[in-house]
Amino acid sequence: MSVLLEVRGMSKSFRGLRAVTDASFDVPHGAIRALIGPNGAGKTTCFNVIAGVYRPDNGIILFDNHPIQNLRPDQVCSAGIGRTFQLVKPFAALSVVDNVVVGALQRASNVSAAKKQAAEIVERMGLGPKKDQLASSLTLPDRKKLEVARALATRPKLLLLDEVMAGLRPTECDQMVEFFREINRADGLAILLIEHVMRAVMALAQHVIVLNHGEVIARGTPAEVVRDAAVLQCYLGEEAEV
Amino acid sequence: MNRAHGLLALLVACLAALPLVANSYVLSVATLILFFAYAGQAWNVMMGFAGQLSLGHSLYVGVGAYAAAGLYFHFGLGAWAGIWLAIALCVLLGAAIGFLAFRFGISGVYFALLTIAFAEFTRIGFDHIQWLGGPGGLFIKVEHRVGWDLVNLRGAPAMFYYVMLALSAAAFALCAGLLRSRAGYYWQAIREDEEAAQALGINTFRWKMLAVVISAAMTAVAGVFFAFYYNNLFPEQIFHISRSIEIILGPIIGGLGTLFGPILGAAVLTVLADGITELLAALGWEFPGVKQVFYGIVLLAVIMFLPHGIWPALARKLGVGK
Repeated sequence: MSVLLEVRGMSKSFRGLRAVTDASFDVPHGAIRALIGPNGAGKTTCFNVIAGVYRPDNGIILFDNHPIQNLRPDQVCSAGIGRTFQLVKPFAALSVVDNVVVGALQRASNVSAAKKQAAEIVERMGLGPKKDQLASSLTLPDRKKLEVARALATRPKLLLLDEVMAGLRPTECDQMVEFFREINRADGLAILLIEHVMRAVMALAQHVIVLNHGEVIARGTPAEVVRDAAVLQCYLGEEAEV
Repeated sequence: MNRAHGLLALLVACLAALPLVANSYVLSVATLILFFAYAGQAWNVMMGFAGQLSLGHSLYVGVGAYAAAGLYFHFGLGAWAGIWLAIALCVLLGAAIGFLAFRFGISGVYFALLTIAFAEFTRIGFDHIQWLGGPGGLFIKVEHRVGWDLVNLRGAPAMFYYVMLALSAAAFALCAGLLRSRAGYYWQAIREDEEAAQALGINTFRWKMLAVVISAAMTAVAGVFFAFYYNNLFPEQIFHISRSIEIILGPIIGGLGTLFGPILGAAVLTVLADGITELLAALGWEFPGVKQVFYGIVLLAVIMFLPHGIWPALARKLGVGK
């Protein structure tokens, strides 16, 4: 599999606090990768640097063989990277479907085409019955779905998911996992996810990258990573059962 | 044709027929309402649609008014010429303010302060431009208050009323179109959450600039109308912050970001404020500033009881959409 996203030697500090240090990892075309680690390990900072919210202090990020580390967030989106936010950011005063229309307009040539695409995605995400409700009226699980729907509407090649399973009930979590597997298989969409819900990580990711104090401390298949001594010590705990 | 279109057609028909039945006082109040409805609509593009708070829209009214009045006063060129100069100057000013603010990440209340600052130092600047009358004001000749000279915007009060009606209708149609377009979706996304909007591929700088420029250009036209309707301009009045506040109260009270809000708000405020002033005068009481006290009370009441403005609540009652 050829590489879609390649992060090489990425570092980012905030006023001397090193959030990410010399991190390198990649996401091949059509792959699902997970980024895990304890709170404050620098996972969301990694996402924000990839998505163009922050410029890295060092390192390069190649997407489809083009450097993207100096692009703005909107340009990163145009390049083909969609993202969700850990703290969901719905357009509260807009309806569910209009939220998704905003995303669809990224590639759609006009508003009516965007509306059509948005309606399909809303349906696919299971938000169909709520499409005309204001986004502010949604429950948290539905807001997470809306984040995903909006990002998918921009037709990305790579989707960055920041803790979309957190706060979901186990059955909802399993549905979400099934959904991502399905779009990964059907559309060849590559996914990089940050997740604390190990149940979802184990089920989805073929490969896991573990961050601690901003550094990559382990990588491998989910089964390998959960047996790694360093990972057990800093994150999962000695008696981890997954 | 649904219920909303029917009500809209009825409203336009009533407004078009008004000069046939109204006396000159009623007509002047109606013209004023339409003026504020129009200017409010223009301001609403920036704040109601795109979420960028301008507290200095008097800047565009003033510069637009002075541009057109100056051309007429010195060179005899009528409104037909002045309108283009007014729009051009206000677009440049709006673009300059927008660039300064958005390029350097000034937003929220700091952006609002910047808009006040520009209006204020333009006011002080115009006090020193003797060519345009300075603090003593610029007066343009009041000739033939009869007839219909649309090209030069000289004529009877009814002509000014119809001009303002046409402008308000055009602004309404423009805003309705914008709201349904790509720009409308992008502006609302930026208003609701700028970071999320950017993550969805929206170049927020560009679209915010567009909102400012459109709003400035629309407001410039209001300024041109103001100059030829009142025939006198004073920097102290036209650039004053209270003028900006008068413009924004209509949309806020009527309903921010809605199409009917600015119209409804302007009507409620102007009619009631004038009514109260008249009533008190008839009773032999004259309080300077009673209008401002009244504005304050209405604003408080709306914030307390109808935080989204009057129109959204009224629209539900009438059974029509936004």
